[in-house]
Amino acid sequence: MEAHEPRAPATVPGDGPLPPIQQIAVAVLVLIVIGGIYTAAHLPRHVPQGPTIVLLIAAGVLLVVNAVLLSRLQPFNWQVFRQVAGWVLAAYVVIAGMLEYVFIYDHTRGTQLVVLSLMLAVFAFDIPMLLGFSVARFQEAG
Amino acid sequence: MVSIAEPVLAPAPAPAIAIQRRDFRIVPLQGLPIVAALIIGMVVAIATNSLWALDFYHVVGGGLWTGVDLFLGLVLGPIIGTMSIPSRIEFVTRLMPKMVLIMPTLVTMTLGAGFQLARHLGNLAPHSPLHNWLLASYIVVGVMATIALGLLEPANIAVLFELRKPNPNVVRIQRLMKVFIYTAGITGLMQIATLVIMTKLASG
Repeated sequence: MEAHEPRAPATVPGDGPLPPIQQIAVAVLVLIVIGGIYTAAHLPRHVPQGPTIVLLIAAGVLLVVNAVLLSRLQPFNWQVFRQVAGWVLAAYVVIAGMLEYVFIYDHTRGTQLVVLSLMLAVFAFDIPMLLGFSVARFQEAG
Repeated sequence: MVSIAEPVLAPAPAPAIAIQRRDFRIVPLQGLPIVAALIIGMVVAIATNSLWALDFYHVVGGGLWTGVDLFLGLVLGPIIGTMSIPSRIEFVTRLMPKMVLIMPTLVTMTLGAGFQLARHLGNLAPHSPLHNWLLASYIVVGVMATIALGLLEPANIAVLFELRKPNPNVVRIQRLMKVFIYTAGITGLMQIATLVIMTKLASG
């Protein structure tokens, strides 16, 4: 362990104005959570798919918008972003995989399974993007 | 192209606090086999549909999750808030890496086993008298998940990365820690609602 003298904070992307990537990622999460609650409230009966499809499309569009906003950040510490997002993605693929297993185990089929799987996919990409951005924004860009 | 190359704010003078850089792992690898064993056990519990195993995973996972959230949010959080910055950082670098493994594991155990348990016991059925209580629990969990994943966890991991820098930024750490402590307090308070709902579900 080594001691360091205090110094002026380094200028990093997170200290300046940034596009609302974190806010959009949270909005995606909210849409997916609402879709999940709506679905769980109807199971094991048939779930009316209209509202879940609308929520899924809205979440998907916002996820794409967020990916575009993120890709335009310059300068940005992509190495740290990839490091954090990669590990989080690995963890969330396991979690999403387990949820998918439960859906299939519980005889979820057809459109319902497709919608739930796509919601899981959006969730599994949104969280790594959110966490990767939250960390990388405070790193000095190389 | 969104340009963020130019700093808008002039660097603020750093507080006169020397921070010791600590070498630590953000994810404690020695804990991963325990997490893997618990998750495999949960998959077996779901696959075998064993009432005892599902009950065990839901009650143990949920009890620990609620207890940790309440303790962190309502007891430890306010204590951390009153500690000196170096003590706070010392404490956080020891606590947070463990929380990175403990909380997602407890949440996965509780929710995975809980959903199957509700299905097994018939509480998921729309005509069940407990269906609305179950719906309330989904909403509480949904709000807590949004706060935890959207605010608490990003702040937690950002603090850990900041602390590993050669010269951690005290102002940034304080700002992120404030987010962490407030969101932990909110989820702690929401766990009281979970206790009310779950005891009602258990007693019928």
